[in-house]
Amino acid sequence: MSAKQTKSAKSAVGLSHEGRDYSAETLTAMHDSMLFIRRFEEKAGQLYGLKKIGGFCHLCNGQEAICVGVEHASEPSDYFMTGYRDHGHVLARGADPTAVMAELLGRAGGIVNGKGGSMHMFDAKLNFAGGNGIVGEQVPIGLGFGFASKYRDDGRVSICFMGDGAINQGAVYESFNMASLWKLPVVFVIENNQYAMGTSLDRASAETHLFKRGISFKVPGMQLDGMDVLEVERRMGEALAHARSGEGPIIVEAITYRYRGHSMSDPATYRSRAEVDEWRSGRDPIARLQAQMLDAGLASEDDFKQKDRDIKKQVNAIAKAAEAQPEPDAEQMWADVYSDPIEGAYPYPGKVG
Amino acid sequence: MSKITYRDALNQAMCEEMTRDESVFLMGEEVAEYNGAYKISQGMLEKFGPKRVIDTPITELGFAGLGVGAAMAGLRPIIEFMTWNFAMLAIDQIVNAAAKMKYMSAGQYSVPMVFRGAGGSAARVGAQHSQSLEGWLANVPGLKVVMPSNPADAKGLLKSAIRDNDTVIFIENEINYCDVGEVPDDEYLIPLGKADVKRSGSDVTLVAHSRMTGFALAAAEELAKQGIEAEVIDPRTIKPLDEATILASVAKTNRAVVVEEGWRFAGIGAEISARIMEKGFDDLDAPVARVTGKDVPMAYAANLERMTLPSVGEIVEAARVVCNRA
Repeated sequence: MSAKQTKSAKSAVGLSHEGRDYSAETLTAMHDSMLFIRRFEEKAGQLYGLKKIGGFCHLCNGQEAICVGVEHASEPSDYFMTGYRDHGHVLARGADPTAVMAELLGRAGGIVNGKGGSMHMFDAKLNFAGGNGIVGEQVPIGLGFGFASKYRDDGRVSICFMGDGAINQGAVYESFNMASLWKLPVVFVIENNQYAMGTSLDRASAETHLFKRGISFKVPGMQLDGMDVLEVERRMGEALAHARSGEGPIIVEAITYRYRGHSMSDPATYRSRAEVDEWRSGRDPIARLQAQMLDAGLASEDDFKQKDRDIKKQVNAIAKAAEAQPEPDAEQMWADVYSDPIEGAYPYPGKVG
Repeated sequence: MSKITYRDALNQAMCEEMTRDESVFLMGEEVAEYNGAYKISQGMLEKFGPKRVIDTPITELGFAGLGVGAAMAGLRPIIEFMTWNFAMLAIDQIVNAAAKMKYMSAGQYSVPMVFRGAGGSAARVGAQHSQSLEGWLANVPGLKVVMPSNPADAKGLLKSAIRDNDTVIFIENEINYCDVGEVPDDEYLIPLGKADVKRSGSDVTLVAHSRMTGFALAAAEELAKQGIEAEVIDPRTIKPLDEATILASVAKTNRAVVVEEGWRFAGIGAEISARIMEKGFDDLDAPVARVTGKDVPMAYAANLERMTLPSVGEIVEAARVVCNRA
């Protein structure tokens, strides 16, 4: 199993929510995907603590409903690109979790051969165009994918994720302007987890309603509860329909919360324990969907407990398999710098001979 | 052969490639309705329409990144910077995205695109509009850097750059735009990474690119009058650098002067002279000399501007020094 389950036909109604019907299969898929991402991230955090994962490692615990909801609303041919908190997105898209874990561990079988690490997940066959480590880097790139869709008139939408930190980068507004000017099919998804590293939104943003940030560029915006996977799926569907129809870009601000620090090295002393607890226990997206499914009689507490045990076991096996892989071959250092290497010209090896 | 300007050569290269390949488009400030700030894209809007020749707002970082994304999605963008000075606003997308995407994605994504525009010093436009930044760009793995010195090279190299599967930095020279030269009538390509011997000689090798190639050729004429036969090599492509042609020349002349318009510190001349030292040391009869732009921002006053740039006289003097004729 991977984080992404096959989207099922929605004929067998399992739950009706805000005028939309979800089959038991769809709900189970969403639940399992979110839970898988949660347990995967916990495992990554554990491996980081053991110093098996190096560098920066940004976990998305608490934000699972966004990547899973967006994935369920989108088409496989749509493009995804995001920042450095990218594990959840690539897993939700359906990437091989062993390859993602191997990437975190810097192994040969990593999703990008161990050359990217936590911040640079790519899966071209799933139209997952990357995690980026420079805040906001992916926004003009997402614009470019949208431009290509319009150029080829192929109906594909570029789904460009960013955080509330990226929203103050100039490149974002340059992109809003051109996307709107040329009516490009781009959905800008702002995952507003309320802290850009250690700086709270109100300390960084004069306008904290981030869905309004497109007003000067005539980019419409909507705000939604990013802790509710069904709301994300439903409203993201509307946003995608807007972008796909040729009406141009749209901003989706998803209010969310990250349970962990900015990265593994952040003790998150800038926020209170009570605040974190309020989100964790009061608004958790997985618990919320479980409650909805219990209410609808689609699963029992025991089912969820068993599922959790199964997923934990599976994640442990994935970590073990990834750890067992060797480090990348030395030739990987020279590979993929250029498409058409010219004999002797480069890469310049930095030594005589 | 036809005699055309450097400007028209660039225009022809883009038009031929856009006719050949639907995925090529031109985007930048004033490229369409204004016909190009320097008229490089004259007539292209009329020929290819607004879908493929696109005026942008003044938003370099944004449209550079747009080009990167479009290239990752399979198109072949030509992104024009009105001048390379303005590309500094876009350096993040060039260095952190275009250059590294292939490596970071382990080859899953390529960024086949051209960033082009005028570089080097213009005339009397001051410090922010007169600089040579090829040293910065050539330093970055993943980028190729091309700098033609005449119309025929400009056309053949730009066509190759557009067809190249990697990101190519194509730096033209504003002062050369009006230069006229002979260009073959039939279609041709000049491969990236191949230097050209612009003048044969046996006494000293002058390596010079872009506008400085012309300066080096003028210096060679002067040196010939003084009994020194200089060989002038234009690398044409800064990266990949055709060191074999340079080393073969030095093996013949045993003396070398490297000329560049840009700043001296960690410049292109530093790289070329280091390569000659590393791989051609036994061929050298004298230390390699460098003639470079002075390490100062460009001043406006005509005399200061002239002094800041390398001159034909400085090249002649450097050649005489390495030939023990000073």
